[in-house]
Amino acid sequence: MTSEQQTSQPGPAADVRNRAASWLVRRRDHEDWAAEDQVELDNWLAESPANKIAFLRVNAAWQRADRLGALRTPLPKHKWLAPVLKFVSAGAAAALVLGGVYLAMPREAPPPGELYVTGVGGRETLTLRDGSKIELNTNTALRVGGKGTQRTVWLERGEAYFQIVHNEAHPFVVFAGTHRITDLGTKFLVRREDQMLRVSLLEGKAQFDSKNSRGSQQATLNPGDVLVATAKSLSVTERPSQELADELSWRSGLLVFRHAPLVQAAAEYNRYNLKKIVITDPKIAELNINGALPANDPHALTRAAQRLFNLRIEERPGEIIITH
Amino acid sequence: MVKIMDSNREGEPLPRPGAAMTTPEFDAWFAREVLPLEAALMQFLERNCRDKAELEDICQDAFIKVYEAAQRERPKSVKPFVFAVARNIVVDRIRHARIIPIETALDLDTLEIASEEPGPERTVIARDELNRLKAALERLPKRCREAVTLRKIEGLSMREIAARMGISVKTVDAHLVEGAATLANILYAEPADLRRKP
Repeated sequence: MTSEQQTSQPGPAADVRNRAASWLVRRRDHEDWAAEDQVELDNWLAESPANKIAFLRVNAAWQRADRLGALRTPLPKHKWLAPVLKFVSAGAAAALVLGGVYLAMPREAPPPGELYVTGVGGRETLTLRDGSKIELNTNTALRVGGKGTQRTVWLERGEAYFQIVHNEAHPFVVFAGTHRITDLGTKFLVRREDQMLRVSLLEGKAQFDSKNSRGSQQATLNPGDVLVATAKSLSVTERPSQELADELSWRSGLLVFRHAPLVQAAAEYNRYNLKKIVITDPKIAELNINGALPANDPHALTRAAQRLFNLRIEERPGEIIITH
Repeated sequence: MVKIMDSNREGEPLPRPGAAMTTPEFDAWFAREVLPLEAALMQFLERNCRDKAELEDICQDAFIKVYEAAQRERPKSVKPFVFAVARNIVVDRIRHARIIPIETALDLDTLEIASEEPGPERTVIARDELNRLKAALERLPKRCREAVTLRKIEGLSMREIAARMGISVKTVDAHLVEGAATLANILYAEPADLRRKP
């Protein structure tokens, strides 16, 4: 027998760990866990601290592995995009999707090209012919210009992160409602909401301009700049790089909160999930939380609220209510 | 000072020796403060023990002693306490061994107890955690990894996994048990080693 074989032989510790793992899977993953099973488990745990510790350890690891859920892509890639593209070429459906947007902001005629859509909780990466990359976040619609004009895109709704290969002769242009972002070799994030557009510039330089009833406004963005445009105002502020990194954490399936009011964290979660988190109590809304949580698991937030602030969680169809 | 538990006034039967009289809060404390020290403790034991086959068992013994002691009174500085307990176990074992390896005895004399500053195990942030979990998942055997992926990433039930993989629920169970045990070993017994990142 070689020494290698010797070390791989399970000692008492390894034996206890395997039994603990077996209990854990019975407890956490099987659906038919009964009261008698719990009694049996409690007895086993009480037999010795070794059992208890092994169970705590494997349980903690198995819970940590829940984070892997962040890697789930809710909608299979091509299956989802293809029918949308067909629809759009039919024309009528495009008006259906875009109607609201273009009625409100008639800057450009509904543009031709391909429409890319993600559902709630979805995420897609597009690679353009020139190697530029666009990542679409949850509930987003982006139209990419037709043949030869791939360097013009329209963000109809939602949020997208652009990593653009610079081309002096053909600047890359993003339209969002009445706003236009012209890239000068850049990585940037654009988020469009009903009343607000937000542009965060991570690298390079970009030109922003905006037209509305009051005339036009312009701004040049440098790395670290965050621009917020509403119907009435335009502001540019420089933000710490940590904050910009947090804003992009959805790219790895996470939401990062730093001293964020619970109500804001809930709103953020609700962008990603059909099951909505509801907070009506203003006192609860103001509680601050910290953490990085998987975007597609609203229970990660409600469980944290429950544990941290001793709040109650009420499950209803389609919503989770946080109360006292 | 040691507090003596005085919970038997109502004439309840005394719990069996070693029975878990702990609260979920205590267990959470143990999982948070003590379990993450396993990797550092294993490295320490590797440097100080001749018999590699015993490492896991010594580590387990140390955790049991810490678990029992902390129930009576929680140590103020967890890491030095855990290491001191482990060191005593190693010294005891050497005393009981017939042959004392000279290097080991020397190492133990000069052994420094790790400082209380937070080690890498405490500063792991979520993004690194996800990468670490992904890397750990990659290391599971193929079918086992498939089952864990379907369970943890796709969120399928045991029955759905069985149907998807064309195996029995019992085999799914075996894969998940192996997966959970192996992930726990990778996540707790191995150093996170964040500095090795390119």
